[in-house]
Amino acid sequence: MSLLAASNVTINAQEILKGLGAVGAGIGYGAAAVGPGIGIGIVVGNAITAMARQPEAAGMVRTTMFLGIAFTEALALIGFVVFILLKFT
Amino acid sequence: MIGSLVFPPIGHLVQWKGILFKGTPFEVNKTVLIMWASVAIVFGVFRTASRRASLVPTGVQNLAEATVDFVQNGIILQTIGEEGLHFTPFLLALFSFILVGNIFEIIPLVQFPANARMAFPMFGALMVWAIYNYLGVKEHGFIGYLKHATVPPGVPKAMLPLVVLIEVVSKFLLQPFSLAVRLFANELAGHLLLVTFAVLSTTLLTAHTAFLKPITVLPAVMLIALTGFELLVAVLQAFIFTILTGVYIAAATSHEH
Repeated sequence: MSLLAASNVTINAQEILKGLGAVGAGIGYGAAAVGPGIGIGIVVGNAITAMARQPEAAGMVRTTMFLGIAFTEALALIGFVVFILLKFT
Repeated sequence: MIGSLVFPPIGHLVQWKGILFKGTPFEVNKTVLIMWASVAIVFGVFRTASRRASLVPTGVQNLAEATVDFVQNGIILQTIGEEGLHFTPFLLALFSFILVGNIFEIIPLVQFPANARMAFPMFGALMVWAIYNYLGVKEHGFIGYLKHATVPPGVPKAMLPLVVLIEVVSKFLLQPFSLAVRLFANELAGHLLLVTFAVLSTTLLTAHTAFLKPITVLPAVMLIALTGFELLVAVLQAFIFTILTGVYIAAATSHEH
């Protein structure tokens, strides 16, 4: 209590809002990266299993793997764009 | 200790001053110049390759033929199939333009990917959207195409309204949106990553405390490694944009078996 009373720091509401925005942006991007991280792991892991079992189909599997990664990754990228929008605008 | 670590605001990293036609919608800045350079490079490579075409390819012709071969075998035959080979010029132009625009990220003194601004990704995605819808309407007729695009075969009657809603949103809104955002966000993220490590390196190198200077090695090595990674990302994103175009065209024009 005395510590609060002694402090002559004025807290600006604008500053607090800015700080909260940054916290929200960080948490938001972190949360957006979790799902796609797991998803890409599953996609690539299964693609490697398929390639190891059937090396002659590796080319086709690789193309499909990149497609799967692209679709999965989209969510993380939307999270990244939201992060940029929250943090810098 | 590192009081001078100043990360530039994002506006300074992606917005450039106009050079020509300032204040008009046709303002020419660095991004536009990079796009013009991409067009010139792509045109130049394929022009010189086809002008002096010999049976045994050398030099530029090798590069051009390898790219055409990659687009035909790696993209079109994998997605649309034999009947899609007449899309080669369109997909080839798309692939090489995006690739050259991305590679400017790691060219010294330029170091900015044209696609880190929303201009081309958005326009490209809208163009692809218009083309696959046009091809679908041409193939199935307007009503037939709407039915083909939004009603998957074998869905129970009770689920139909929900499935149709999801399909309409995904086919006509999310597909072009995610196509544009994927390219844009990947390039922007790569650019910011390189800037972060470059700023870190220069700050540590110019730090007043002497023992901080050797630490510069760490971000500098990371910067070099990430430059290589960005080359991979540039090729991969051009590939993914093109192959997704192929997938969307194939989905719009295919017939159910």
